[in-house]
Amino acid sequence: MKRILIGLAVLLASVLPAKADTALKIGLVAPFSGPFADYGKQMDAGIKAYLHQHGDSVAGRKIEVIIKDTTGPSPEIAKRLAQELVVRDQVDFLAGFGLTPEALAVADVATQAKKPMIVMNAASSVVTTKSPYIVRFSMALPQVVAPLAGWAAKNGIKKVFTLVSDYAPGIDSETAFKKALTEAGGEVVDQVRVPLRNPEFAPYIQRIKDSQPQAVFVFVPAGEQGIAFMKGFQERGLAAVGIKVIATGDITDDHVLDVMGEVAAGMITSFHYSAAHDSAENKAFLKAYDEANGGQGRANFMAVAAYDGIGAICQVAEKLHGQIDGDKAIEILRTMKFVSPRGPIAIDPDTRDIIQTVYIRRVEKIGDHYFNIEFDQFANIKDPGK
Amino acid sequence: MMARPISAPAGQPAGKAVAAPSSLPERSLLPADRWSVREVAFWIIPPLCYFAFPGYLMLGSQILIAGLFALSLDLIMGYAGIVSLGHAAFFGTGAYTAGLLASHGWSEPLSGLLLGSAAAAVVSLPVSLLVVRGQDLGRLIVTLGIGMLFFEAANKAAMITGGVDGLSGMEVGRLFGLFAFDLVGRTAYLYSFSVLFLLFLACRRLVHSPFGLSLRGIKESGKRMASLGVPVQRRLTTIFIISAALAGAAGALLAQTTQFVGLDSLSFSRSAELLIMLVLGGTGRLYGALIGATLFLLAQDVLASLDPVYWQFWLGLMLVVVVLYARGGVLGGFELLALRLRRGR
Amino acid sequence: MLGSCLGVLFDGVAYGSLLFLISVGLSVTMGLMNFVNLAHGAFAMLGGYLCVALMSRVGMPFLWTLPVVFLAVAVIGAALERTLYRRLYKANHLDQVLFSIGLTFMAVAAATYVWGPNQQPVRLPDFLRGQMHVGGVDLGVYRLFLVGLVILITLSLHLLMTKTRFGAHIRASVDNQAAAAGLGIHVDKVFVLTFALGTGLAGVGGAVGIDVLGLDPTFPIKYMVYFLLVVAIGGAGSIKGSVLAALVLGIFDVAGKYYVPEIGAFIIYGLMLVLLVFFPSGLYGKKA
Repeated sequence: MKRILIGLAVLLASVLPAKADTALKIGLVAPFSGPFADYGKQMDAGIKAYLHQHGDSVAGRKIEVIIKDTTGPSPEIAKRLAQELVVRDQVDFLAGFGLTPEALAVADVATQAKKPMIVMNAASSVVTTKSPYIVRFSMALPQVVAPLAGWAAKNGIKKVFTLVSDYAPGIDSETAFKKALTEAGGEVVDQVRVPLRNPEFAPYIQRIKDSQPQAVFVFVPAGEQGIAFMKGFQERGLAAVGIKVIATGDITDDHVLDVMGEVAAGMITSFHYSAAHDSAENKAFLKAYDEANGGQGRANFMAVAAYDGIGAICQVAEKLHGQIDGDKAIEILRTMKFVSPRGPIAIDPDTRDIIQTVYIRRVEKIGDHYFNIEFDQFANIKDPGK
Repeated sequence: MMARPISAPAGQPAGKAVAAPSSLPERSLLPADRWSVREVAFWIIPPLCYFAFPGYLMLGSQILIAGLFALSLDLIMGYAGIVSLGHAAFFGTGAYTAGLLASHGWSEPLSGLLLGSAAAAVVSLPVSLLVVRGQDLGRLIVTLGIGMLFFEAANKAAMITGGVDGLSGMEVGRLFGLFAFDLVGRTAYLYSFSVLFLLFLACRRLVHSPFGLSLRGIKESGKRMASLGVPVQRRLTTIFIISAALAGAAGALLAQTTQFVGLDSLSFSRSAELLIMLVLGGTGRLYGALIGATLFLLAQDVLASLDPVYWQFWLGLMLVVVVLYARGGVLGGFELLALRLRRGR
Repeated sequence: MLGSCLGVLFDGVAYGSLLFLISVGLSVTMGLMNFVNLAHGAFAMLGGYLCVALMSRVGMPFLWTLPVVFLAVAVIGAALERTLYRRLYKANHLDQVLFSIGLTFMAVAAATYVWGPNQQPVRLPDFLRGQMHVGGVDLGVYRLFLVGLVILITLSLHLLMTKTRFGAHIRASVDNQAAAAGLGIHVDKVFVLTFALGTGLAGVGGAVGIDVLGLDPTFPIKYMVYFLLVVAIGGAGSIKGSVLAALVLGIFDVAGKYYVPEIGAFIIYGLMLVLLVFFPSGLYGKKA
């Protein structure tokens, strides 16, 4: 019996991972299946674009991205995967996090294991406060909402009706918008929160029609809710009466904009990235994206965040000559600035959150496709939610 | 249960010892809840895994918790015949209770566990009134609706529960003041295992008791049991509350071992996956719940990483196959096999 | 005020009509064959994808796709009935639930594989878009279309059940299978055709619903609750019940969201609980 146990132990030991490879391991924790499958795929595509463009080793170490699927809003799986990445695979960096609960659950792991955690999507303000090892390269929701209110007030839109989905991000954006609009001298004439799984917008759109605002601020999950709302909005003739729709750019996400098609035409959104952004970095990024991921569709903000995230990781690796120490890495990341395909970005040393330019865009048809065309911008916006 | 002696067949002098026929196995005289060798062997496996797979303890802990949750559903589904598509409501109640306690300064885990379980039991009382009365399809829809109601309520109360973002900031203290919840998951695993084992023992005792047997009778025919004088509604309500308490305990365990509570703990997919786990393992056998949970989570971990779309497809196919050909799940299949082998001998 | 009240009422009726359209097929199969078919949504989804494919690949006008979708999905439904569903008529409801959930998962995975996880765009013909001004109230044209379709289908089904031989056969087979068979009715054939009818209706419901509900591979799971609610509250097997339940749910949901949006999400579930407490077998259901 003892021999069997010893034999088993030897067998297991030989199967367990060898210690200290030379590869630079990055654990990518995000949803790759389920309703949010697109998030993980876009991140992976963005990373592939970077590696295609810059080569796949840095400081003498080959970059290895270990993909872990959280299967959707399941923070316990995210936490377990992060723990396994740290304990079994001995990754140097944790990255990804498509949804806020995933990032919040994994924060403890990053702190306990002292691993830098690069957030490539999760957008609630609180995320970066949960661990001193978190650095965010995507955006914070209030960061893109506040400038929109500022722009609206500046352009004579003082009476706004807010319609948001009744869940944390929706409520956060409603609060941020109201605060910024009132500070800029505007007024929220009425507000409504629609259930998260809402197939029918008719009663809400009717309410909007009744209160006759100058514009409607909308925050609903991208995809079918966005489409349903815009369809109802146009069908009821609200667009014809002159009510504008203003929203954050995730409702006109580049990846799904063509599916929305003409119902989105004319929508004004504020966001940090548009695939139509005119810069050399963006052109290079889009080219690398297409070459590395044929047939994946258009790159969107999550791909850019991942691209920037892994770019930052490579910069850290170079500065530390391949010897990744959690604390040293955070020190370097804290003061990082560079030009991303979206525009210039920097990390705020106090909050470890991203500082970037927020653009105001309009949906226009160029040729056969729809794009978010930037026409105004607000530079160096920090997250006002902190 | 007392062993009843074999009565001498009529016509034979009572004093003469009747030779017991050689084909009558001695085992049938023993109480039904004696521990068999297989059962003992089964329970040695989890402690063994603790030593054999030190890198997989978090997965193991989540499997044990899912096993407890499946066990709770087996009590009402396998033994009392109540099919529920909304059992996650109680799981989530336990999770949020433990979570709220821990995030507001009450860091002692065991009391958190008990309170979580108690909260789920309390909440199940009004629910049981709706569920226990109904029949079949209406009841199924009611449980579905209640599950969704709980979900929406937790989402609405985002100020307290964190809504979609989840409840973080839980400070879970040391177990017994000694064992901290570590990164590798050692404490989590042993904690989950101990709670599962103790509650399993209780369930086992329960289903082999007269109460448990009466439940089986109710599942087969409520009317007949009522005519025997059994208070059917009361029994069903009792087992429903017990089941909810167990589900709440499982939820509290998950909250404490992950120090996080997500809204998904109340979601429909959690209830649906639970149902699938139980059916795959086999209902009405307690062990089926544990085996089903283990197989499901292991398969999900391995297969989902290969290709997520395939996972869902094969899961669906497995369900269809199980229902058409292998009713009784894995354990049912084993029993059938054992029966065939015994007959073939 | 009255204007908005009428508007809300109309929207509620229209929403209820949509709910009815996606649920009537389930009421037919469940009530007449006592089979809990949770995969109903998958048939609706199939109808939706077929409609989109016909419109974009073949260029078929929207209205013409509806009868084609009906026939296509009905044929597929009949095939599945012959091969799989038939074996489970005598099974208990749990097995049927699990079987149909399994089928649903397979359908969702297949749809994701074939069409991708994103929304399918659909462009309604121009004469079905916009609003019509009727008596002081603005009514959506597509909504009017939905209501009209519901009336058409309800009348047709009613005529089918009460005035045709086939309808009589269905009712006989449901009431007493053995006696019906004894009278020379091909019960098997009746069941196949009824199932085909139910799934065909589901397909049409899915196609018609795309504009309002959207279409992506998770459609069957997302809307499962709604059609189960309609059938449970209306009473399985009763077309009248389904219409009434769908209308009640639709009107209360829309009115509730308009007048009291804070509790919007709870209305439909709360209403379900209240109705099921008072009518455990549904509004027009048969007592088991």
